[in-house]
Amino acid sequence: MYKQNKIRYTPLWTAFGPSISRFFSADPEPVSPAEQKPIPLRLRRGIRMIREVFKLLTIKDYCKAESLAQAYELNQKRSNRVMGGMLWLRTSRGAVSTIIDLSGLDLNRIREGSGEFSIGCMTTLRELEIHPGLHAYTEGALRESLKHIVGVQFRNLATVGGSLFGRYGFSDVLTLFLALDSYVELYRGGVVPLEEFSRMKADNDILVRLIVKKHPCHTVYLSHRNTKTDFPTLTCAVSEQEGRCRTVIGARPGRAIVLPESSAVLADGINEESARAYAEKIRHLTPTGSNMRGSAAYRSHLTEVLTRRAVLALGGNTLKEKALGGKTR
Amino acid sequence: MKIILWINGRKVEDTVDADTLLLDFLRNHGCASVKRGCETAHCGLCTVFLDGAPVLSCSVLAVRADGRQVTTLEGLQEEAAEFGAFLADQGAEQCGFCNPGLIMNTIALLRENPRPSDEEIKEYLAGNLCRCSGYEGQLRSIRAFLACRDQKEEGVQ
Repeated sequence: MYKQNKIRYTPLWTAFGPSISRFFSADPEPVSPAEQKPIPLRLRRGIRMIREVFKLLTIKDYCKAESLAQAYELNQKRSNRVMGGMLWLRTSRGAVSTIIDLSGLDLNRIREGSGEFSIGCMTTLRELEIHPGLHAYTEGALRESLKHIVGVQFRNLATVGGSLFGRYGFSDVLTLFLALDSYVELYRGGVVPLEEFSRMKADNDILVRLIVKKHPCHTVYLSHRNTKTDFPTLTCAVSEQEGRCRTVIGARPGRAIVLPESSAVLADGINEESARAYAEKIRHLTPTGSNMRGSAAYRSHLTEVLTRRAVLALGGNTLKEKALGGKTR
Repeated sequence: MKIILWINGRKVEDTVDADTLLLDFLRNHGCASVKRGCETAHCGLCTVFLDGAPVLSCSVLAVRADGRQVTTLEGLQEEAAEFGAFLADQGAEQCGFCNPGLIMNTIALLRENPRPSDEEIKEYLAGNLCRCSGYEGQLRSIRAFLACRDQKEEGVQ
């Protein structure tokens, strides 16, 4: 029953955000929406100030950019932010003055040419996952790298630009594309190899698109998670081109790195022994650290195991099945 | 700022703050099936369709839905009711809080892939968490639903 003849405001705690409002949500006297009055402007301003003190994410203004030039100009202000899928930003703290949305700039397409793939920064991870051309080119490695990222609904929002620009240590996307001949196009900085970009400090440029050059190559991606859909404890991507292996290790827990060329160990072909020697070498070359998901020693062990399995998977179908425990991708 | 969007085919015009989430906007417009869960884009309780694709409304700004079609469980009553009965039959609902998100995502799965394997079902629904069950009931109910649908189709032929 709704309580009659009494003016009620929208519960004040709802303005503090859902986390706080949850504790107060049991209202003994429910009020119909028609009876509620909106919170007065002065009160809303006060609440906004409190939210800023508590450092919950607040956004004052929203701008759907009409051009990259406009977006770049807006992004020069320190308190403004470019939004990708809004998934990481959503969990961050602080006040954003203007949030810049690039979704109106036709940057959500994958274009496949004869020599390269051009992937717009607003392309979602799900679009990458189901793209037949990329699936065929990476021999399923791209799909393998993406399918463990939370769920389909999440991947329908997360963007390639957001995943790469953040240069997150846990990024499966960064690990996989580092193993390929990839470049990023920055609005001001031009085309930069992804490896160089991954080492750059964050700035106020805008990542426009990702370019993946096509070469005859084989790619394998493996990752280890403590539990399904969690952040990875370690990621590993190995690509082989003209007999040379390029190995990338991510979630160390630092940013993914491309390991120095060590293919000489595999000069006599890939077999159990050479794969083991190669993996041991990669283990010694990979700096690892500890966090809540695993210790440095555990990560070093994982580096060796995943690298060995990935190299064996490159070595042929029989070895691939053996390496992946009887499962082929 | 003013936005215009279509919620379950109904045109809605409203003024929102830049940081209003689609989840809050929908609940304020009577879509109680959209549940607030983890708020960190992990549990799938707040799943809605944005232009037909399942997304997490806890991580979408309401302004981003401007000019777009939003579908909640309220707009999929018939499709949802049929599958919901199978969930109940298999004992797959205990507290039932995760069901709206699960049903929405199952509908999305079956629209995309009408005959999914068990692996495909598990993979597609990995983003829908349930704290009560071990997911076996949900899996059984989807299998039973698909079997029943196939039987009906064979009967028609």
